Amino acid sequence: MLLTLTTTHRPATDLGYLLVKHPDRVQSFDLPAGVAHVFYPEADDARCTAALLLDIDPQRLGAGRGRGRKQAATPESFTLGQYVNDRAYAASSLLSSALSSVFRSALRGESRDRPELAGTAIPLEVRVPVLRCRGGADLAVRLFTPLGWTVTATPVPLDEQHPDWGDSRYVDLLLTGTLRVADALNHLYVLLPVLDDAKHYWVAPDEIDKLLRAGAGWLADHPERGLITRRYLAHRRALAGQALARLAELRLADEPPADDSVDEAAPTQQRDGARASLAVRRREAVLSALAASGASRVLDLGCGGGALLTALAADRRYAEIVGTDVSTHALTLAARRLRLDRLPERQRDRIRLWQSALTYRDDRLRGWDAAVLMEVIEHVDPPRLPALEDAVLGHARPGTVVVTTPNAEYNVRYEGLGAGRFRHADHRFEWTRAEFAEWVTRVADTYGYTAVLSGVGDDDPEVGSPTQMAVLTSTDKAWKEETTR
Amino acid sequence: MTTLDIPELALVALVGVSGSGKSTFARRHFLPSQVLSSDMFRAMVADDENDQSASTDAFEALHHVAATRLRRGRLTVVDATNLQPHARAALVRVAREHDVLPVAVVLDVPEALAWERTQGRADRTFGRQVLARMQRDLRRSYGLLAREGFRKVHVLRGVEEIDAARIRYEKLFNDRRELTGPFDVVGDVHGCREELESLLLRLGWQLCRDDAGRPVDAVHPAGRTAVFVGDLVDRGPDSPGVLRLVMGMVAAGHAICVPGNHEQKLLRKLRGRDVRLTHGLAETMAQLDAEDPAFVAQVATFVDGLVSHYVLDGGRLVVAHAGLKEAYQGRASGRVRAFALFGETTGETDEYGLPVRYPWARDYRGSAMVVYGHTPTPEPEWVNNTICIDTGCVFGGKLTALRYPEKELVSVDAVKEWYAPVRPLVTAPARPDTVLDLADVTGRRHIQHAYGTLTVPAENAAAALEVMSRFAVDPGRLVWLPPTMAPCSTSTVDGFLEHPAQAFEDYRTAGVDRVVCEEKHMGSRAVVLVEREHGGVVHTRTGRPFFGAPLDSELLARVRAAVTSAGLWAELGTDALLLDCELLPWSAKAGGLIREQYAGVGAAGRAALPAVLGTLDAAAARGLPVAQLRERMAARHAEVEGYSAAYRAYVAPTDGLRGVTLAPFAVLAGAGVSFADRDHGWHLDLADRLCAADPEFFTPTRRQVVDPADPSAVAAATEWWLALTSAGGEGMVVKPYAGPAARSARGSLLQPGIKCRGREYLRIIYGPGYTDPAQLAALRRRSLGRKRGLALREHALGLAALDAFAERAPLWRRHELVFAILACESEPVDPRL
Repeated sequence: MLLTLTTTHRPATDLGYLLVKHPDRVQSFDLPAGVAHVFYPEADDARCTAALLLDIDPQRLGAGRGRGRKQAATPESFTLGQYVNDRAYAASSLLSSALSSVFRSALRGESRDRPELAGTAIPLEVRVPVLRCRGGADLAVRLFTPLGWTVTATPVPLDEQHPDWGDSRYVDLLLTGTLRVADALNHLYVLLPVLDDAKHYWVAPDEIDKLLRAGAGWLADHPERGLITRRYLAHRRALAGQALARLAELRLADEPPADDSVDEAAPTQQRDGARASLAVRRREAVLSALAASGASRVLDLGCGGGALLTALAADRRYAEIVGTDVSTHALTLAARRLRLDRLPERQRDRIRLWQSALTYRDDRLRGWDAAVLMEVIEHVDPPRLPALEDAVLGHARPGTVVVTTPNAEYNVRYEGLGAGRFRHADHRFEWTRAEFAEWVTRVADTYGYTAVLSGVGDDDPEVGSPTQMAVLTSTDKAWKEETTR
Repeated sequence: MTTLDIPELALVALVGVSGSGKSTFARRHFLPSQVLSSDMFRAMVADDENDQSASTDAFEALHHVAATRLRRGRLTVVDATNLQPHARAALVRVAREHDVLPVAVVLDVPEALAWERTQGRADRTFGRQVLARMQRDLRRSYGLLAREGFRKVHVLRGVEEIDAARIRYEKLFNDRRELTGPFDVVGDVHGCREELESLLLRLGWQLCRDDAGRPVDAVHPAGRTAVFVGDLVDRGPDSPGVLRLVMGMVAAGHAICVPGNHEQKLLRKLRGRDVRLTHGLAETMAQLDAEDPAFVAQVATFVDGLVSHYVLDGGRLVVAHAGLKEAYQGRASGRVRAFALFGETTGETDEYGLPVRYPWARDYRGSAMVVYGHTPTPEPEWVNNTICIDTGCVFGGKLTALRYPEKELVSVDAVKEWYAPVRPLVTAPARPDTVLDLADVTGRRHIQHAYGTLTVPAENAAAALEVMSRFAVDPGRLVWLPPTMAPCSTSTVDGFLEHPAQAFEDYRTAGVDRVVCEEKHMGSRAVVLVEREHGGVVHTRTGRPFFGAPLDSELLARVRAAVTSAGLWAELGTDALLLDCELLPWSAKAGGLIREQYAGVGAAGRAALPAVLGTLDAAAARGLPVAQLRERMAARHAEVEGYSAAYRAYVAPTDGLRGVTLAPFAVLAGAGVSFADRDHGWHLDLADRLCAADPEFFTPTRRQVVDPADPSAVAAATEWWLALTSAGGEGMVVKPYAGPAARSARGSLLQPGIKCRGREYLRIIYGPGYTDPAQLAALRRRSLGRKRGLALREHALGLAALDAFAERAPLWRRHELVFAILACESEPVDPRL
């Protein structure tokens, strides 16, 4: 909510001409989110500071956010965030908007009274006492340093009464450098919301133009332009793609699109090639087990976003494909990924997506050739596994069941995965090979299946493969007659 | 005058040529909604009741509606010519699929009259030869109807007979809904006369004996009726003696009896059919040989007259030898009878060569209690409101009766093993009804319970399914979920959004003369189901395990020890208790949330505002007019400090259970009993005793009992609330003193509690600066109706869920109710309320 801009250029009070705000006056501007005040806490020949104070009206913030949509039934999640938040205190896109409305001509580099000075780099100091910095203080350094700033980002403690809680996500940002005022303002205009990275404002296609206009002369060559563009456009992929393409044209250079290796979304999850290929190899292993079973009507239980379904849909041997998931959101994603609404009718009729929960019996799932439980069982609390066993092996009783799950022994091969930690926050357990084998043998015995165990991924001599797989085949006589008929 | 006897539930096919008066007849004798006319269906699908090209579609729709009506148990009349066998066959098929008797009523009028009527209608354009063909078809039909499967064929000849006909409805034999008991339902006797006598005596019956000292009747002084589930005979030592007693009781109206498969086989033998003398029939035949042939003849008549199942007590109780699924109850057909006698088999046999029975009870979702025998088990087990009471007396087990409606089991041990079982009696799996079906919870659902009805929209159920299946504890242990709670009406007291005056006023206007104000602990809601020996569960308000495995068990052990040392197990006569509690401090469970969400806001505000004030001070020192702005910012600074103090009050260090305490405030239920009807004095007294038993772990709940109409009491309670909240307390909950199930004078459920939250606490709900007069004015426009409605609906479901737990209702039913509470929680309501 506060930003100060200081110069030691002499006479420093010329800053007033550049900003078109008189150093001896206090001016206020009514903006959509509140009132912006511009005043000068210091103004003499040697040093002049302009302060932009944005007094946000929380009521105006809350209104018109249009969040009347139904929330998932997760009352324990934080639904109060729209009322209890830092927007009144931290720099954000609201401050950017205020900058652009209050210092419009300065942002454009125009000055009626001091045109030359506007085009001259002068010593500047910018302070933003509270800036939410998603990705850590280091990101602020990475974003501002290439632009000629010396950056000091001091983390703000989370609660001085609870020092053990460590630092908050906020930094007190101090930038010093010799730059044109217009450049400084444009840097702030783009990078403050990028660092804040709140996705609460609506991004329209004309935001691309705003970004390119404010980024003129510096964004195209910025080493972090990919991240800046994505975040500025609030992670809307299509828009970010367009913007990056236009940036590339501006540079007249043909570089590959920015890689995702700095994907801030998951700084702790390394997305190294080995793990990405494990997902592919796992899918291939499941597909070849399915193919070997001779199944043509198949279930993907816990299909998630539909990674396996697309592969199944592409294979004509599968006459009917059903993906189930307990999350309706996942099913929406899967439908989008499969482009269900654009498939020809005959194709689309092969594929169905159903909400179902694996701890409940579901009559719709009875009588299928095969079912896949790919990386699913580890998301079920161990005491609830018997219900899953009953629902899938006892009630649905597919002819073949393909199960994959992580091999806990292999976890020691993952760097950064501490002992006793799981590969995914929602995993309720991860089994060793012996534990998986014991489970598979027991359920196969109980429900009349034979089982074959194998591993997916490189077989480490000590700890085995990263993923373990079991293929269970029904011993049901009726079943066999059915398939051979 | 001709009287047509028609079963109350039947498919009636009117048969007659065009112009024979079928529609007129239907109008005269049946409700418009009972009559499905082919003309009407043609019009429905083609806008023209004479469009013969639409006939196929029209009949498809008609058969669908007929099937739906029959499934729902509604008498249905089909008004079509029904002259051709294929048309009638379709109707017979629909009737059979729903185990309903098909009845034909033929209207036969002279062809000339029919022609005259047809010509009189402008829309009938077919020629005389068509009518003549219809007439020929009718003649041919006469001989076919009975063979086609119509159980009754009524023929009305001529206009006079048709006009004078009268319908008389007959009840099905199995419909004895008028008998309301109380009943003593007796399991498979198999010739164990001695044990039967002992059992009846133990049940309080008095036996009547003939001159030879043989029991020939029994009477219960309280007017109870015995119900025998069949298999009176075979294997045991005295089948004739059992028959003599039961036949006497039935004849005297003291008992009713359904047949078992052994009676059925005995009858076939007595009728001279070729039946193998296995499974104990040989013994029966030998015993009957010693009897008077007249008695044997009586036995045959008795068995022949037995009805395969009974629907009793207004439809609440069904008795059949091998049980009966819902779709077959009150129906009549060969397969209904076969199910009642033999059950459903999978077609396979087990290692002893006996048929494998399909566990129909596991899928049973009917509202009627089904009591049956047939399959011997060591102990009767309730499975989805059904119970098998064959405890293998003849195999040396015991003879069991179920008292209805008390649901009490009474048994006598067998004198000896009279007959060696082919396969050993095995206990059914310990908890056979743990299986839940997706259909029990998903889709748009209408839920009826003792406290009202509720519709759960499909999308709410879908949202709840995700939470329930991914995060909740085992449904078997998820007895109840806390309903949401509405705040008091919005206060107009200066500076307050919520104030005790309104909370008391809300109850006073609802006619409540005594309320209890309970200190509202600011922690995390914890529902504790603790069992006496070991086990139980602690879950959050959405049914998630509270802390996770080792800590939850530790917590349960602590609660168990306190309940034990307070002596509550014996005092309440239970070995399980369901406690509603708040777990403190808030940070123990919500530490992450506090750090991620609440502390961050405070940190930003506490860093930003001093910087702002510093800048403004510098500007002021330069003589700039910023005094007003500074004052405003100083106020904001104070607000954010107040906000920080508010959340900090609920943070305390914990390590495992060290530093954690539990504040119980209601003892909701025990094994077999709901305590929702106890007043809050009782609940809090028990809570106090837990606190006394383990003062380190339990936190007491401070409270005040108040008459909301007494100004001085209200004033004192307000002072109390102000003191609580200014010391950092969240506030209080005001409840009707009469207890959770309290009702208003008009008999409707009251809000079980109204929360009244402190002024400072609300900063972490409404934002640090909500006390700003402008904001407060805007917030006072908050609307509470939706929240109150939701609170009441969830509360009603919760009470029903507690009753269901107490009654040991089937799991699917208990789960349906608890699931509905969770589904209600996905209603969009202002989360600040």
